[in-house]
Amino acid sequence: MSESVALHTTNDEKRSTPAIQLVGLRKQFGAGELSVHAVDGVDLSIEEGEFFSLLGPSGSGKTTVLRMIAGFELPTGGAILLQGKDVTTQPPYDRDVNTVFQDYALFPHLTVRQNVEYGLKVKKVPKAERRRRAEEMLEAVRLGSYGNRKPNQLSGGQRQRVALARALVNRPKVLLLDEPLGALDLKLREEMQVELKTIQRDVGITFVFVTHDQGEALSMSSRVAVFNHGRIEQVGTPREIYDHPSTMFVAGFVGTSNLLPAPLSQELFGVFRTHSVRPERIRVVQQTVSDVEVSVEGVVDDIQYLGADCRVRVRIADGTHLLANVPSDGLVGVAVGGTARLAWPRFAAFEVAETITSEGGDQ
Amino acid sequence: MGERLEHAPNLTEIDLTDGRASEPSHPFRGVNRAFHGRRGLGVASTLGAPLAWMLLVYIGSLVLLVFSAFYELDPITQKPSDTFTWDNILAAFNIFDPAVRDTVWVLVRTAGVALIVTVLCFLIALPVAFFVSKVAWRWIRRGIIVAMLMPLWAGYLVKGYAWRAMVSPSGGKFAATGKGDGGFLDATFGWTPGYGRTAIIITLVYFWLPYMVLPIYAGLDRMSPSLLDAAGDLGAKPMRTFRSVILPLLMPAIAAGSIFTFSLSLGDYIVPQMVNNGKEKFMFGTLINSTLGAPNQPLAAAYTLWPLLIVILYLLAMKRLGAFENL
Repeated sequence: MSESVALHTTNDEKRSTPAIQLVGLRKQFGAGELSVHAVDGVDLSIEEGEFFSLLGPSGSGKTTVLRMIAGFELPTGGAILLQGKDVTTQPPYDRDVNTVFQDYALFPHLTVRQNVEYGLKVKKVPKAERRRRAEEMLEAVRLGSYGNRKPNQLSGGQRQRVALARALVNRPKVLLLDEPLGALDLKLREEMQVELKTIQRDVGITFVFVTHDQGEALSMSSRVAVFNHGRIEQVGTPREIYDHPSTMFVAGFVGTSNLLPAPLSQELFGVFRTHSVRPERIRVVQQTVSDVEVSVEGVVDDIQYLGADCRVRVRIADGTHLLANVPSDGLVGVAVGGTARLAWPRFAAFEVAETITSEGGDQ
Repeated sequence: MGERLEHAPNLTEIDLTDGRASEPSHPFRGVNRAFHGRRGLGVASTLGAPLAWMLLVYIGSLVLLVFSAFYELDPITQKPSDTFTWDNILAAFNIFDPAVRDTVWVLVRTAGVALIVTVLCFLIALPVAFFVSKVAWRWIRRGIIVAMLMPLWAGYLVKGYAWRAMVSPSGGKFAATGKGDGGFLDATFGWTPGYGRTAIIITLVYFWLPYMVLPIYAGLDRMSPSLLDAAGDLGAKPMRTFRSVILPLLMPAIAAGSIFTFSLSLGDYIVPQMVNNGKEKFMFGTLINSTLGAPNQPLAAAYTLWPLLIVILYLLAMKRLGAFENL
């Protein structure tokens, strides 16, 4: 208990030492010409008590970073600091972090309670205390009466919660979660998202959450790092990532974006750089617009009915397709094949870099 | 697309039957129809032949062997007669008879050898299987599996004679010149266990090792690598992970492998003759073969109930360890 109490009382003073620091972290699989740089120079610091997401498509290196923090993989370069202490070469059993695995990895030959007690038993916690803490933890994940079951007698969501209890009962400094909701169906996943956030707030432990689902990352995290090709493209709060994507990749991967190529941007804003604008920022207008808005005309290619909104696809003069999400009742006089004028506020369009900047890291 | 056009007149049929029945008439269509919806026919046609084989040829021959224990020996032909008797059974299980006690003692020793062989097979198989399944690269993995299976492809007698040549003591039939004037081991290393108990154990381990490696390898292959990660993540050092996660999960596979190594060793009577010059009575199978089988088949059959008892006990013990759970 003492650790989690300490977390709350000395929060300010701890801010100087991040929970996790990754310095120039690299991982290369194989050697010579066949080698693959799974992680190619990652710098990152994750603060105490954060719900931090590593977001990226499969093969972007996010899971490898997580496995290196856990100690399952040894980095081929760089360093990992846990609360300021270098753990780069420490084996997993010496690190004060615990993991929730994608396939849960519950021990099939042990009961739910024995699974949860496993870590405490290894650390020689006395039997009575071990039992009490396991029961408390199972209670906390609403599985109090399931202690004597075997994992194969539980549903996917219940196994997920056992895996969470088994990790949290050890009161780790950091909890690593490797796409833990991937195997659950949509409804359960949404429930678990809320539950995970609540649990994280209650225990105050730093969560590092790997996911390829941008919705999940945006809705749960305090900060997000977007991965691509073994590097970080952007780090920021969900709002920063969504509203100000700094690269073309982030703009396209997180939510939907319209990319305005450099020549078009030159024409619209007078800057020869690629810009991005979100479809929900674009309106379909009748004719004149004020100076604070940019407007462009094109031919309506397609109208997709989404319920409350419609997604209108417009092809403009230079061949670029723009998507606009407009309220379904605001589509008067717009039809496929006809022309439409699109407009968006100047501040809604952002310059995005073609690729990541040299550091590609944390600020 | 072209087919569709060809069968254009059947279009209405396609619509009505979900497109399936419109398949052009097939040579096996009648057969398919006959099987459709008749589960019993499917079971009978696939399971019938193997089941008949098992019952008639395999089980049948064993039952016949046991049956012969209940008939008197015809003193003239030296074969079982058709006169029923309990005498053979009573003789074989009369533990007050010193001869029976000697025989049982040989059997106990044989079971001991089989157990040693089983334990050695396990000790060799486990690290090999672990390496192949969890550590080795794919092409190395294949190489090792092939190497492990190789002994299965060679003839039994070939392997037997090979080992006879390996362990042959100095001055023996396979004498070579080298460090020693014995077989390969003596000639190369100047040391050989010679013929006898040690040679029998080594040879049997060599013979039955693949039967232990394969189930353990399969068991490890089924085991998710994240289970091992999870144990380490929760603070378990490698030995602890082995003891508390790998071993319990592998128990069914180990038990299944040990059934092969134990029962095959228990029943073997050729290896003991090949690498055990002179002491024919050392292994039970050899004893049955040389002293009981030829002169008195019914009595020998009665004696085989002893090892049958041991094997049944062994199987029951292994069943408790879950040997049959993954079948």
